[in-house]
Amino acid sequence: MATKEYSFYPGCSSQKGASSSNYLISVNSMCEELDIKLNHIPDWNCCSASIGYASGGELPRMALSARNIALSEEHNPGQEIVATCAACWLATRETSERLSENSDLMAETNEALAMAGLKLKNETPIKHMVEVLIEDFGYDAIGAKVKKPLEGIKIAGYVGCQTNRPFGIEGESFENPKYLDKLVETLGAEPIDNYDKKVQCCGGALAFSEPEKSQAMIKDIIEAAYDGGAEMIVTPCPVCQMNVEVYQDQINAKYGTKFNMPVTYYSTLMSVAYGRSAKDSALDGQIIRATRLEEIAAK
Amino acid sequence: MSELNIAMVEKYRNSFLHEVEANVEEGDWVKMCMQCGVCSGSCPLGSHWEHSPQKLFMMIRAGKREEVLSSDSMWMCTSCYNCVVRCPREVPITHIMHGLASYAKRLGLVPKGQQTAKFAQHFWDNLVKKGRVNELKLGLNLYFMNGFAEGVKTSLKMKDIGLGMLKTKRMSPMEIFGGHKVKDLDGFQAMVKKAQEIETARIEKNMNA
Repeated sequence: MATKEYSFYPGCSSQKGASSSNYLISVNSMCEELDIKLNHIPDWNCCSASIGYASGGELPRMALSARNIALSEEHNPGQEIVATCAACWLATRETSERLSENSDLMAETNEALAMAGLKLKNETPIKHMVEVLIEDFGYDAIGAKVKKPLEGIKIAGYVGCQTNRPFGIEGESFENPKYLDKLVETLGAEPIDNYDKKVQCCGGALAFSEPEKSQAMIKDIIEAAYDGGAEMIVTPCPVCQMNVEVYQDQINAKYGTKFNMPVTYYSTLMSVAYGRSAKDSALDGQIIRATRLEEIAAK
Repeated sequence: MSELNIAMVEKYRNSFLHEVEANVEEGDWVKMCMQCGVCSGSCPLGSHWEHSPQKLFMMIRAGKREEVLSSDSMWMCTSCYNCVVRCPREVPITHIMHGLASYAKRLGLVPKGQQTAKFAQHFWDNLVKKGRVNELKLGLNLYFMNGFAEGVKTSLKMKDIGLGMLKTKRMSPMEIFGGHKVKDLDGFQAMVKKAQEIETARIEKNMNA
């Protein structure tokens, strides 16, 4: 039996052929090493992320997340829900809290859910994978599995917005959360000091609709990492990862910068440090190759 | 002007605050704003807002209905939640911005060509169709959301990013043929439709009360 078992909400972007499919591959490797069993919520749906509100309104948006929680309660009873995507976690937890505070909304939500033959009890805690790692395992347990320390790599811990606000990680501040830095250290790498853009917004979904405004912010996030001497950026969020990695050429063309900064997930670092192959760590999912990690994985 | 908008003007004449409290998500928090301005200083896109959240809250109380609902401002919200965690009164500002945007859309008051509003509609339609987002179709829709010529230009600009995503298997051309979806699509769509009907009925009831 696995050390820990969770009801898993992977989210749209983690699916095969989607933008953070590499995240899921490295999460699976990381969980194998930590003996975590992830039981997928059967037939889960999109949470509508942080852009669905405009056309979705309040109740239809709540219904989306309520369906996932209800499915989890029915098929994976007694198991805490875990999401790897920041937006999935946020939407699901927000829905759960809003519905527990508002009985009218809860009744309306269940009326809608009945159309899909479901009923929400809303008794399930909803966690981000980072909470699982830090709160349920802890740095010592995470460090104990390290086989190949990521020695000599300087890493900027880019926490971003939605794994940090409004819920965040227990015991961390909103303005200067330190868990990613501690995690980087635990894996044997070196977190850069005073990364001032660690909680700066990357634009989120507005990277599509307001590209220039978002890219100006992304430029600052990458620049501050270079200023601190970082060789790569690590993040817990699929939107942060994508936005900070894929627009570097466009930013270079516009601002005359020469950015070529790999942006990985914490699970990428952990998979490599736990001795997994480049493939298991999804290093082939990096558009900007993380060559330092490739070297360690090949050793 | 949409019919619903005309009806709402009639119903809430002289009290836009009451209209917001009754019809906008988390709108009953607006009166709690103490005008400190922390939200305005905390917003990553603050310099691009015509009216900061603080100003929008004051404008709501001052009855500036048309200016608020047809504003571009709340469409600049990136959902970063900086304002929410810093507000001394714990006003759920992000949700009120979302609520104002959604209400403005319902009333047909969104500024013409508002890019985030267009994107949001594509996103919603995309997810409701299959229960899960089809990133390939969403991307293509986005490139072409401002017409064909603009779409070709955007596609060329985004070509290298697309190739990078394809090469790393983070995008799949196969998604064009259906793609990922929920199994109980009928139940899923019936649920969404029901939720929309309940919400619309609630707002129409407010209008006639």
